[in-house]
Amino acid sequence: MTVEQLTPDQKTAEQHRFYLNLGPQHPSTHGVLRVVLEMDGEWVLNPQPDLGFGHRMHEKMGESRSWPQFFANVGRMDYVNAMAFNHGYAGLIERAAGIEVPLRAEYIRVITAELNRVASHLLWLGAFILDLGAFTPILYTFDDRESILDILEDITGSRLTYSYFRVGGVMQDIDDTFITKTKQFIQQLRNRFPMYETLVSNNVIIHHRMKGIGVISQEMARRYGVTGAVLRGSGIAYDVRKNAPYSVYPEFDFDVPVGKNGDCMDRYTVKFAEMEQSLRIIEQALDKLPDGEFRTKVKGKIKLNPGMTSFSVETARGELTFLLIGDGSDVPYRLKIRVPSFSNLSVMPELCSDMLLSDLVTTMGSFDLVIPEIDR
Amino acid sequence: MDNLIGTMARIISYAVILIAFGFANAIIMGYLERKLAARIQRRPGPMEVGPHGIYQLFVDGVKIIGKQLIVPKDVDGVLFRIAPILAFAPVVLPFIVIPFSQKLQARDFNLGLLFIVTIASINVLTIVMAGWASNNKYSLFGAMRSVAQNISFEVPVLISILCIALMTGTYSMQGIVKAQGNVWFILIQPVAFIIYFIAGLAETNRNPFDLPEAESELTAGFHTEYSGFGFSLFVIAEYANMFLVCSIATVLFLGGWHGIPLPFFEYTGAVWFLAKVYVLMVVMVWIRWTFPRVRFDQLLNFSWKYLIPFSLVNLLVTAICIKLFPLLKEML
Amino acid sequence: MNGYFRDLYMGSKSLLTGMGITFKAVFQPMVTVQYPREKIEVTPNIRGRLFMVKDTETHTHRCIVCNRCANECPSSCIYLEGVKQEDVKGRVLSRYVYDFTTCSLCGNCVDVCPVSAIAFSCEYELASFSKEDFIFDLLKEVEENR
Repeated sequence: MTVEQLTPDQKTAEQHRFYLNLGPQHPSTHGVLRVVLEMDGEWVLNPQPDLGFGHRMHEKMGESRSWPQFFANVGRMDYVNAMAFNHGYAGLIERAAGIEVPLRAEYIRVITAELNRVASHLLWLGAFILDLGAFTPILYTFDDRESILDILEDITGSRLTYSYFRVGGVMQDIDDTFITKTKQFIQQLRNRFPMYETLVSNNVIIHHRMKGIGVISQEMARRYGVTGAVLRGSGIAYDVRKNAPYSVYPEFDFDVPVGKNGDCMDRYTVKFAEMEQSLRIIEQALDKLPDGEFRTKVKGKIKLNPGMTSFSVETARGELTFLLIGDGSDVPYRLKIRVPSFSNLSVMPELCSDMLLSDLVTTMGSFDLVIPEIDR
Repeated sequence: MDNLIGTMARIISYAVILIAFGFANAIIMGYLERKLAARIQRRPGPMEVGPHGIYQLFVDGVKIIGKQLIVPKDVDGVLFRIAPILAFAPVVLPFIVIPFSQKLQARDFNLGLLFIVTIASINVLTIVMAGWASNNKYSLFGAMRSVAQNISFEVPVLISILCIALMTGTYSMQGIVKAQGNVWFILIQPVAFIIYFIAGLAETNRNPFDLPEAESELTAGFHTEYSGFGFSLFVIAEYANMFLVCSIATVLFLGGWHGIPLPFFEYTGAVWFLAKVYVLMVVMVWIRWTFPRVRFDQLLNFSWKYLIPFSLVNLLVTAICIKLFPLLKEML
Repeated sequence: MNGYFRDLYMGSKSLLTGMGITFKAVFQPMVTVQYPREKIEVTPNIRGRLFMVKDTETHTHRCIVCNRCANECPSSCIYLEGVKQEDVKGRVLSRYVYDFTTCSLCGNCVDVCPVSAIAFSCEYELASFSKEDFIFDLLKEVEENR
């Protein structure tokens, strides 16, 4: 249809549309993400994400590096939740080569992974409220996060991009100061939750901005394959730690919080409740921690079994799957990484059509995207 | 002839003093805001330059004057360059009628209050000018939002002010202050004070109503393309606007320069006036650093569905009380 | 009509309690330090740049020039050379070049070394104006007692 054939009403509507670039550099896309918005006034008609600004070819590097060398890459894909990625890769190689991990190492892995999950959720909380326009809660959450970073720095040596796990266990053992400090931290964070409820969750402005916005129905969630808090906010109780357990998670008693409507408020509440559940897991693991070795010695190079192996873990954002096709040598033939933020982001064009620009920013914040893991 | 020279000298000296006061206010408020925001966030704030960072804003001013004035290609040349200056003018002009103390007032118009409200509503035009001339879609967004926001919050401001004017029967600022000799008007009209304060906060584009310059959505809104001195003029204008709103609130509701008597009270009453104004400004800063932003349609919702009905009811009740209780009017 | 007033009341109450929290935060102790003037103690376990360990008994390094650290490094930042000397079994280290500009502190070299010849130091304040300052010669450093 050419312009001359449009009716006068349609012509005016065509003239009012314009394209706005939520560009690669923007304060509230968490990373380098470009979203091309076709807009009519303040209404977003058709957002199209444009990925690839941060592509670093991690999967290709996986085809030319043996497992010790690839561990440095693994922590850098999603730097906020590096322990879960470490866990996934270590579990994958152990499954592909048939290596046993001592029980103490499994417990240490669970404790550090859950501590990292709490740190990641605290960062998400701060950044999300910053997108909405409040400048103070992010500093309060960073203050809480500092305690976790100090605890983990003591045993792993790094604060953000950990490469602490090794095939066969972990690199260093934990000691009594770690256990005391973690127990203190759990108490301290539990005392802070009421403050967050009053300042953030009960605030009337936040209620109005998040209730009823960005509703993902269960059918849409299944169709796009979203995982993590986005899925649980819509009412489907799927958590890899419960549905396809790995490591020693079956031994712990924790709940999976689920929302009702699938709007931003539900996703927020689910993530907030997950922090409390992670603290429960850490407490139980600290009580049940067995003695023993923290690492099985692996002699020489590990030959990977030919064929396909996969290993799934639950990161703070959803389900992460490592897929390996080995060919008998120590370097994989193909390494595929399925990250949760990619599927979560793909809901956006359908979900965020006919929305106000402010609501688009809120919805993107509630998905908890980390763009470097999408681009890998 | 003598009268002409005297008048010209007086006009020029008042202009210089008031503009200098606007700049001084920006320096003090800038420091206060940064320190207070830092304390709310549990960090020290500026500490390097001078003891506890007192000279920080002076050094910032020198730096910002020395910056290059970048004018992007394809902007509307004249409008882009004069928008910051025009943003500064309508907020400093009403300082003429503000009674700092009994004798410290530039000019006492009979229609002082009306004058202030008229001039202060011009600054919407300058925001639109800046947003349009920048040739940037984000700036245009900010400008359009600010038009609707400012217009819809003018109405509660006007109605609240009208309640006070009904009570005192005069628009002159000095007259309103004198009428509060016995009791401050906030005790008689608390609802009007709250409505005026919230609507005034929205007029100055501060959080939680800072959509025109929403940082995390629009990358700085209508002043995205400005750098250097043009940007700082917008900031100074915003602080001067805050001062204006708070000083009107002080004059109308908190008793102006009334307070515990000091020696030379005709001049030193300004101390009480400034203290009250700065307390209100601290409350504004406190609100800014606590709450998130409201969404645009919720903003207009709030004004038309909550503030305006309450202020109209307040006006009605005031009018009825004035007619039914002439004694009350006598006392005031 | 009832909901209108209830919304207003609950909304204002939540706003005022939120303001109360930030007010209380003004009087709580500060959590930041002003970095160049005051420093925080770091734990001895952090991963700073590498250094060669000086053995307390032999008063020299322990390297046996097996080249495993150089092979394991994913970024190829270690390069070593050894020479054969008479009446000494194996090779003797003559050069050990460590390029810190590409090191990612992954720990493979420390992990795989059979004699624990290299370790992480605690130096994290490394800033300089030229790239050559970060190509370290660890053998020279251990001989000079660094």
